[in-house]
Amino acid sequence: MAQLWHNRGGARNSAGYVGQVHRVLLIEDDEAVRDGLALALRRQGHEVGTAATGEEGLALLGGSSYDIVVLDLMLPGIDGFEVCRRIARGPGIPVIFCTARGDDFDVVGGLEAGADDYVVKPAQPRVLDARIRAVLRRCDRDSPDRDGGARTAHGDLAIDRAGLTVTRSGRPVALTPTELRVLLELSRAPGRVFSRQQLLETVWEHDYLGDSRLVDACIQRLRAKIEENPSEPVYVQTVRGFGYRFGPL
Amino acid sequence: MTIRPWLLGLRPRLVLAFVVVALASGTAATAVSYREARNDVLAVAQDAALEQFRDDVVAASASLPYPPDKADLVDFARRLPGNILAEYGNLHTLRLGNYTARTGRWPDVPVDEVFPPRLRQRVRSGGMFFQREILAGRAYLAIGTMLLGSHGASTGVEVYTITGLFDAQQSIERLARSTTRTIVLSLVPAVVLALLAARGVLRPVRLLREGTRRLAAGRLDTRLPVRGSDELADLVSTFNNTAGDLEHSVNRLRQMEADAHRFVADVSHELRTPLAAMTAVTDTLDEEAARLPGDAGAAARLVSSQTQRLAQLVENLIEISRFDAGGARLVLDGEVDLAAAVTAALAARGWLDLVGTGELATDLPSGVTAELDRRRLEVVVANLVGNALRHGAAPVRVAVRGGQEAVELTVSDSGTGLAPEVLPHVFDRFYKADTARTASKGSGLGLAIALENARLHGGAIEAANRPEGGAVFRVVLPRQQPAAVPGRLDAGLEVAE
Repeated sequence: MAQLWHNRGGARNSAGYVGQVHRVLLIEDDEAVRDGLALALRRQGHEVGTAATGEEGLALLGGSSYDIVVLDLMLPGIDGFEVCRRIARGPGIPVIFCTARGDDFDVVGGLEAGADDYVVKPAQPRVLDARIRAVLRRCDRDSPDRDGGARTAHGDLAIDRAGLTVTRSGRPVALTPTELRVLLELSRAPGRVFSRQQLLETVWEHDYLGDSRLVDACIQRLRAKIEENPSEPVYVQTVRGFGYRFGPL
Repeated sequence: MTIRPWLLGLRPRLVLAFVVVALASGTAATAVSYREARNDVLAVAQDAALEQFRDDVVAASASLPYPPDKADLVDFARRLPGNILAEYGNLHTLRLGNYTARTGRWPDVPVDEVFPPRLRQRVRSGGMFFQREILAGRAYLAIGTMLLGSHGASTGVEVYTITGLFDAQQSIERLARSTTRTIVLSLVPAVVLALLAARGVLRPVRLLREGTRRLAAGRLDTRLPVRGSDELADLVSTFNNTAGDLEHSVNRLRQMEADAHRFVADVSHELRTPLAAMTAVTDTLDEEAARLPGDAGAAARLVSSQTQRLAQLVENLIEISRFDAGGARLVLDGEVDLAAAVTAALAARGWLDLVGTGELATDLPSGVTAELDRRRLEVVVANLVGNALRHGAAPVRVAVRGGQEAVELTVSDSGTGLAPEVLPHVFDRFYKADTARTASKGSGLGLAIALENARLHGGAIEAANRPEGGAVFRVVLPRQQPAAVPGRLDAGLEVAE
C-alpha cells in the first residue's frame, strides 16, 4: 500500500510554480467542471487522471497508482459516498470530496464515509491544491514524526513514531494518514487538551474557520479502530467545551 | 360611574328586556282586573251595609216621638245595632262600641274624623249618604241619613253609623297579594325564556367568535357546523364560505410563492455547475492575462473577475433560497468566543491587514461567548464588514460586547450614514441605496442573508445612523440557544463541546 503514497520529485509546472508532483484522480461527472479542474490542477503541477463515474474511477484506481482522489459526491451510478467507502476499504488512498456550500448532509456523510477533507464548490483551484498538498504531507511516510522515533506504549496501544505504525494488543491497526496524524498529535502530550481548532491547524493545516466536523468525524473513526468500546473511549477522550485529549489511562 | 362591561353583554340586555316587558304587561293586566274586582267587592259590601242601615233606621224610627227629647234620642240609638251617632238640633247621642270588641278598643280618633263634617253637611241637606274612610289602617264605611216625616218632610233627626269593611278589605288585600305573586311568578318564565333566547343567539355568536379567532391564528381549515336555517345559520355558512375562499386563495398564493422560490433555487443550482467549471479556470485566466496582448488580457481579467462575482451571487441566491424554503438549520459549535470568531472571519478575508492601515478598527475583548453556529456568524461578520468597507468611509469599526442574556456585535463606519428613506429598506433583497453604487461588487443579498442568519439564531440586526455620523449595524444574538436546537444534522458524530 505504501508504494501508492510515494512522492515524485519536484517539477516546474506551466505557471512556473515549483511544487511536488502528485498523481491526482479526479472523479467528476460534469465534463466542463472535470476539464476545468484538470486543467487547473495540471497547471499546479499535478498529474491528473479523470473519470466521469464512480465505477470508472474505481477501475482506474485498480489499474494504476494514484496519490489522492478528488471526488464529486453527486455522481450517476454509485454515488460519491459509496465510492469513498470502497476506497477506504480497498486502496486506502486519501480522498478529498467536493460539496456544495452549506450542504451539511453531504459534509457529514462524506466525512463519515472516510474522506480526509473537503472543498466547497465551486472549488478554487488554489484552495483545492492547498488541501491536496496538506493531505499528502500527512501521508508522507518518509517523514517520521517530528518528535523523533520514540516508541511509546499506552495500555494495550503501542505507537511507533519512527515506523509510523500502531498496534493494539500486538495486532497492527490500519489507520489512514489523517487518523494516524491525529493520534500522533494527541499522544505527543498525553493528558493535554487540544481544541478542535488547534487540531485543524496542525493536522489539516486549515488556517481560519476550519470545519470542526472534520475533527469530530476523524476522532469517531479513530475510536472505532483503537478503542475497546468506542462509546466509552479510553484513549481519545472528549473534554466537553474544549476538545479532545489522549488519556489519562 | 361607569357601567360594568358584562352588563352591556347580549345576555343581560335580553334578560332585562324580557323582565321589563313581563313586568309592564303583567302589571297593566293585573292592575285593570284588580281595580274591577276591588270595585265590585266594595260595591257589594256597601250596598249590603246601606240596605241594612236603611232597614234598621226605618224599624227603629217607627217608635220615635217627634220632636224627640234627649231620652228619646238615646232610646232610638239603642234600638239601632252598631256604632251610632244620632243628632237632633243640639241634642246628640253617640254610641261607639260594638266594634271595639274586635279590635280591643275603638280607634282613638275624634268624632269629626269618624263622621266627617262633609258627610254630615250633605246629610243635613237631606237624603242618605256614605263615605269610605281609613281609620288606623282599616277600611270603614260611614253612612248618614236624615229621618223623613210622614209627608216626606225633613224631621231634622240625623242618624249616622260606621261599619267596618274588614271582610271586603281582606278580600281586596288577598286579591292584591295574589296579583303581586302572579306578576312575580310570571317573571320566572320570562327570565328563563330570555336566557333560552340568549343562548340560542349566543351559541352561534360564540361559535363564530371562536372560528374567527382560529382563522386569524392561521388555521384556515376552520369550518363551523351550520344548525337550523335562521339568520345566524346564514351567517355561519357565510363564514364557512369565506374561510373556504380564504384558504383557497392563501394556498394558491403559498403554492405560487413556493414555486417561485423553487424556481430560483433550481436556477441557482443549474448555474452552479457551469460556474464551477469557469471558477476552476479563472486562476489560469488571471495568470495568462498578463501575457495576452491588450484587449485580450483585459477581457480575460474581466471574465475572471465577473465569474467570481457571478459565483458569489449564485451562492447567495442558493443561501437565501434555503432560508425561504425553511431549510436553514443551525449547526451549533458550542460556546463560541466572539472575539476569536470575528478575528478569524476578518483574517479569512485578508481584512486584518486593514487594521494596520487604519481602515479597520477592532474592539474585541476576549471572553464574550455565546452558543453559535460559527459559520453563520462568519457570514454575518463578512457581509456587514464588507458592506461597510464598500459603502461607508474608513475607518470601519467592529466591536463585540457581552450582556447577561445576549451578545452584541456592532459594525460602524465613518461615512455619511444612511439616508432616512433608505433605512427601512437596507435589508431588502437587491435594494440599491444609491444608484451611483450599483457598480459595487456586492451581490445585493449580503445584508438580507446577514439578517436571516441572525434571525436563525433568534437574534436580530438593526441599522441606524450614529449621532456623530456614519451608519451602524447592530447585531444582537442570544447567548443560549433553546435546548431543542442542538439536534445537529451530524447526529452520527460526537460533539466535543
